[in-house]
Order: sequence, then structure tokens, then C-alpha cells
Amino acid sequence: MKENIIIIGGGIAGLEAAGQLIRLGYNPIIIEKEDHLGGHVADWNCLFPDMSSAEELVSKLIKNAAEANIFTNTEILFINRLKDNYNVMLSNGISIIARVVLFATGFKLFEAAKKEEYGYGIYDKVITNRDLEHWFNTGDDSRIDTDEMEAIGFVHCVGSRDEKAKNPQCSKVCCITAVKQAIEMKQKFPQARIYCFYMDLRMFGKKYEDFYISAQRDYGIRFIRGRVSEVSENIDGKVIVKAEDTLAGKPVKVTLDLLVLMSGMVCNPDSTKVAGMVALPADTDGFLKSRDNIADITSSPKDGIFYAGACTGPKTIPETLAEARTAALNIHTYLQ
Amino acid sequence: MIYQGKQKIWADYQKEIPDDHWFYVRSCIRQNFFPASEKMMLEICRNVLGKDFYETEHHTTCGGIAYHCDTIPQETVMTIVARQFALMTEAGYENYVASCITSFGNYLEILETWNEFPELETRIRELLWKSCRREFNRPKYIAHASDLIYKYRNEIASKARFHLVNKETGEPLKVVEHIGCHYSKMFPSKGVGGAEYPYVLCGMIESWGGNVIDYPERRHCCGYGFRQYHIKANRGYSISNTHKKFESMEPYHPDMIITNCPGCPYFLDRWQYAISEMEGKTYGGNGYGIPVLTYEEVAGLVLGYDPWDLGLQLHQVAVEPLLDKMGIQYDPETKYKGINNKDLLRPELPGILKCC
Amino acid sequence: MDFGFGIAPSSAINLDRTDLEKFEKVHDMEPDIYKCMACGSCSATCPAGRFTGMSLRKVILDLQRGKEAEAISMLKGCMLCGKCSMVCPRGINTRHLILSICRTYKEE
Repeated sequence: MKENIIIIGGGIAGLEAAGQLIRLGYNPIIIEKEDHLGGHVADWNCLFPDMSSAEELVSKLIKNAAEANIFTNTEILFINRLKDNYNVMLSNGISIIARVVLFATGFKLFEAAKKEEYGYGIYDKVITNRDLEHWFNTGDDSRIDTDEMEAIGFVHCVGSRDEKAKNPQCSKVCCITAVKQAIEMKQKFPQARIYCFYMDLRMFGKKYEDFYISAQRDYGIRFIRGRVSEVSENIDGKVIVKAEDTLAGKPVKVTLDLLVLMSGMVCNPDSTKVAGMVALPADTDGFLKSRDNIADITSSPKDGIFYAGACTGPKTIPETLAEARTAALNIHTYLQ
Repeated sequence: MIYQGKQKIWADYQKEIPDDHWFYVRSCIRQNFFPASEKMMLEICRNVLGKDFYETEHHTTCGGIAYHCDTIPQETVMTIVARQFALMTEAGYENYVASCITSFGNYLEILETWNEFPELETRIRELLWKSCRREFNRPKYIAHASDLIYKYRNEIASKARFHLVNKETGEPLKVVEHIGCHYSKMFPSKGVGGAEYPYVLCGMIESWGGNVIDYPERRHCCGYGFRQYHIKANRGYSISNTHKKFESMEPYHPDMIITNCPGCPYFLDRWQYAISEMEGKTYGGNGYGIPVLTYEEVAGLVLGYDPWDLGLQLHQVAVEPLLDKMGIQYDPETKYKGINNKDLLRPELPGILKCC
Repeated sequence: MDFGFGIAPSSAINLDRTDLEKFEKVHDMEPDIYKCMACGSCSATCPAGRFTGMSLRKVILDLQRGKEAEAISMLKGCMLCGKCSMVCPRGINTRHLILSICRTYKEE
């Protein structure tokens, strides 16, 4: 009989790890609290830097993990440690015993309404990066008026690099996501002026810088170095954005038809809760603490518990997938 | 604008304000600028609502103006404030309510500083004892007077004789609310509704029948800014900020402005005259300005007090257009009559800004 | 009436009112003007910069923010030596860019 491996979270990390573990001869069991697999990526439309389809990626991962036992709409009630095993009790009444538990619990998108000065949920024309992806997917969002789109703004670092919002970490993917979304909006609304308000542009990944150059050269996206300080609404219902143009050393203000907030990645409270059941420590940034942040990021300090993906900190998709494979291999080695 | 979004934020910033037994302290400047406001506060709270409000003639300035003008050491301000707390303690009160926003901010800032640096509080207690042989307990609760009118707003509404409604058209009046900077910008959790979308005045406006205007420069300073005004060379800076606000609210055609700070109504009111002289521009209808009132004055009007007993004749911008809209009767002949019919003399009329 | 003080215009850059017609003309002549990422290499190496205040980075930014007069007066310090084109990491033909700016903004 194949050995059970419990995977908490059915996002891309959990799916990829499951696919690998199946090939290594195990029986992965995915526990997902939502009604669908694919996590945050399932809500996305296109992925940088090649504009490949998020849906295709998720379907491929689901296909590779098809032989896994999958419980959706299922939460974990408790985990306790037996001698060499973990006993995991699920909300559907099933309990599973396994030698290995893999945390693929991911991140939570920062709640943009917490940055009160940006007026998310108050001003009609303020949306988030996720709302925009949802609109790309469905075309359904009453806040986006396609007939009137003269100026669009993107605010980087919403809830990231923000000690006051209790998230000092950089969320890594928002800079490039903003560039991607700015380009997509320019393609849809060629007449629109598009502004990106940034503190630093962190274009670290493969082809990111090319993407940024293309946004500037081919699409005329205007990058303004300065963080948006406040947003208000004028009598026509448009949003007025104030920032400091730090390169000019002057305050800058602009009226926009749409403002997109790049909500960052913060630690997932559900992840912290489940981790607490087996006394896994949190790192100083609130994400789960690895045995070693350089040499052994996919191992927890506890025997038999492994990590993959954004539960240990903000990650890109390729990084998450690579970690999922690493974790699968580490689990295999651990069990031999 | 999504109203429910604001309600969500307001729900996060509600204060448990004690209902009764207050040690009330006045502002340095309001009695000159808006002479009946503080009297009206006590009149409403004591006589209309039957609350216990105590005040003492031994209360002095809190030192806030000097503090914000950088002309006084912080320890001195703290000792002054410690003395006010001592007066409260001696009178047997625990709830402290300030008429002035800057005092309110000053008290909160000092208590917060003492929380962070307890040794400073010890030192101030010593200084107070050395200088005037007094001791104090910290107040259990510090409120701004507008918090209390906010708390009592529905009681006031139930006794209202007039509403913030245009009597001719039946439409709610369009009201700009302006919050003093020291109310919640320093400590958002200490203000009703927080710092970004304060609710303290919105609540009064809604409860008395008006419509709140949310205009782009709503959060901006009134222009007073202490040093910005007190040093004459900086006054251009002060009026430029006020001008910015009026330009921003102009498209909404507000019927009135309601404020909760000593400086704001003064500058929003008087600078309308200066702007009219400099730019030839007025912001109310037919060459008038936009009437600027304190929340006590508005409460007084709503409860049916005589506008001239509320001291509205001391405003630069004529309030008559507002009184007409609300359907409040007034006698133009008695506008400049003081107590016992004493003639207060008529002010000189400005060249451009229309006044009655 | 003279109060001894007056209303000062806002020093904020208002992007709603920035006319970029000429800037777009320059862009047609030298498309790489869009590629500037304000790294400042050009200004750091400029031999005229220290003496005249010339800074190509600031010129490009000022033009984008509608501050033509400041940009043009800075350009007067340029000697067209070409050192900036040697250091520009984005490979902008700065000499052609400067000449294009001069041509466009001198028309009137």
C-alpha cells in the first residue's frame, strides 16, 4: 500500500508537490479549505513575463495531481503528534494518520481597505490588482467604466514595505504585476495615460527588466517615483491622487478614472492557526519559520513537517513550483 | 462614494464616551471669536440635557498655542497641564472635557508621552509640587466637547425646532464638515470615526437633517497652522491653504461649514473676506460667503435659540442666508444690540464680500 | 487691498494640466526618451553640470512634468560633448535627444 502524505493547501505549491509525490510512489492527500483548487493563481488571468494563461497552468497542475486524494471545502480541526506520526482531524469527520505533513498554505492578499487613505471600498474608482485580474477574466466589474478611461494609476507597495501596516516585507511580485497590468490596460485603452507610483522598482526575475523597458518604450507607461499619500474623490466621481514626485522634489497630483492598488502578500492567518496546532514557530516577518532560510527553506524545525511556497514568505510562481519539487524530494529522502 | 465603506471604518473607531459628570475647560481664543459657543455648550448640556458640568475660574491656557509655535519648553507645557489635572482632581471629577481641539490633542499627547516615558511624569509631578503644591490623578477619560455633542446628537435632534433642511425646497442642506487637525490626526483611535474619515461632525449633520459633502481637500488644514499665521511673513502660506480648500469645495455649492476647532472656523470665516479682497472672489451664493459655524452654534440654532444670542453677528460671513434657508426668524434691528440693548455699533462693510 | 501677503499658487505638479504635445513630438524624433529611468549617470558625468546646473535627467523629467522653461534654460549649459551617451545604461542617443529637444522647443 502506498504511503499517505498530507498536503495542507491546494494551491499551486500543493498541487505541484502532489504531482511529484505521485510519481515518487506516494499517496498524497490534499486538504483545501476553498471549493476549488489553484489558490490565488486560479483568480489570475495572464502571468508575467510571457503572458501565459493562469488557467492553463492550474489545469496542468491539477491534471498531474489527479491521482491524489483531494478534499475541498475542508478545514483542519486539529493535528496531534503520535509517536512517529501525525494524526490530522478534518472538518468532514475524516481523520488521517501520516508520517509526513506538507504545509502549502500560501499567503493572504493584504486587505487594501486597511490603508484607509487609499479609500478602497469607499471611492468608486479604486480597485485592487486581484479585482483587475477578475475583470480581465470575467469583464464583470461595475467600477470599471470602459467608455471613460483617460487616465489610470497603479499604486505599488500597498501593504508591503509598510511597518505601520505591520508588513515590512517586500511582496516581490507586485512591481512586475503592476507593469504587466499597466501594459494590459494600455492595450485595451490605447488613449489612456497610465501612471505607476512606485518607491523602488524591483525587477529581479527573468525577463522582468525587459518587461519594464517595454512598458516604458513601447507603451509609454509613466513611472513616478513616490508613494501615494492620499486619495479623494471629485464631484464627477473620479479619484484624485496625491503623491510626492521624489525625483522632481515636488508634490504631484493627478485625476484618474481608475486607481489600482497593488495589494501585497501577507502571512495567512489560517496558516498560522494550523501551524500553531503543532507548535511550528513563526519567523520575524510572521510567515512560517524554516529550519534554515538559505540551505533548508522547505524543512520546518519539526521532523516530518515540510513547507512549500508562500507560507514561508512572498514567492513568485516559478519559485513556488521549484520549492514544491524540492519539498517532494526532501520528503522522499526523509521517508527512505 | 460607497457610504457603507465609510460606515465600516466608523464602526472601527467608536469611543465609549462616559455619559455624565464632566470637568469642562474652555479654550483661550474661542470666547473672543465665537463668544456664545462655550456658553451654549454648558447651556445645552446643563439645562437642556440635565448633565453635570463643572468649571473653575482657576483654569488657564494649556500652553498649546505656544507649544505649536515652538516658543515654550515641553516640560513647561506638561506642568501647566498637570496643574489643570490637579484642578480636576481637587474638584472631585474624573472625566475631563476640553472645548479646544489643540488642548485635547495636547492632553492626549502628554499622557501618551508619559506612558512611553514614565520618569517624565514623575518629574512633572515634582515640578508641579514645587511650583504650586498641587497633586493630580490622571483623568479617567478625556473627551473633546464635540464628542459629547456627538454623543447627545440624537437627544438634541429629538428636541429640535429647526433642521439642516432648506425650508423652501425641503432638500437637506449641503454641509461641509471640517475637523481640527489635532482632533484625530495624531491619535486616530481617540477620535470618533478615526483620522481619514472622521465621523464626529458627520454624525451631527446626519442626525440634524443635513447632507455631508466629501470634497477632495476635505482632509486639508484650515490654513491656521499656528506659526504659519502668527508670523506675519508666513500669512500668505496660511491663506493659500484656506484658498485651496475653498476652491476644492466650490463646485459642491455648500450651504454652510461646520467645524469643531477654535482656529478653523475663525480662519475659514475671516479669510473669506481676505480672499474676496485679494481675488475678487466669493464662494457663497449672490456675492455672499459660505457661513462657518461651530458645532455648538449649530446645535443652538437647531434647538431654536436666537441667532444673536448665539453670537452669530460676530461672524465675518453673513449667516442670514443660512437662517433664511433653515426658516429661522431673526430681527435685523437687534443684530448689533448687546445685553440690555447696549449698542454694539455696526461694523464697516467690506468692499466685495456681501454682508447684511 | 494690500494685506502685505498674498495667495501663492500651488507648487504641486498637476498632471491633469500638463501639456505634453511637444514632448510627444520629441518622442517621435527620439523614441528612446521614454526609456530614461532617472538613474542619473548622465548628470554625474556631465562636465557642464557642476558649473551650469545642466542635468539631462532633470531636463527629461521637467519636460514630462510640463516645466519647459526650467528644462530649456538648463540645456543652455550643454556643450554636446557626448559623455552622457557613453554612460547611459539604456543606450539612449543623448546627443540626438538633446538636439531634438532644442529643435522642438525652439520653434516658436
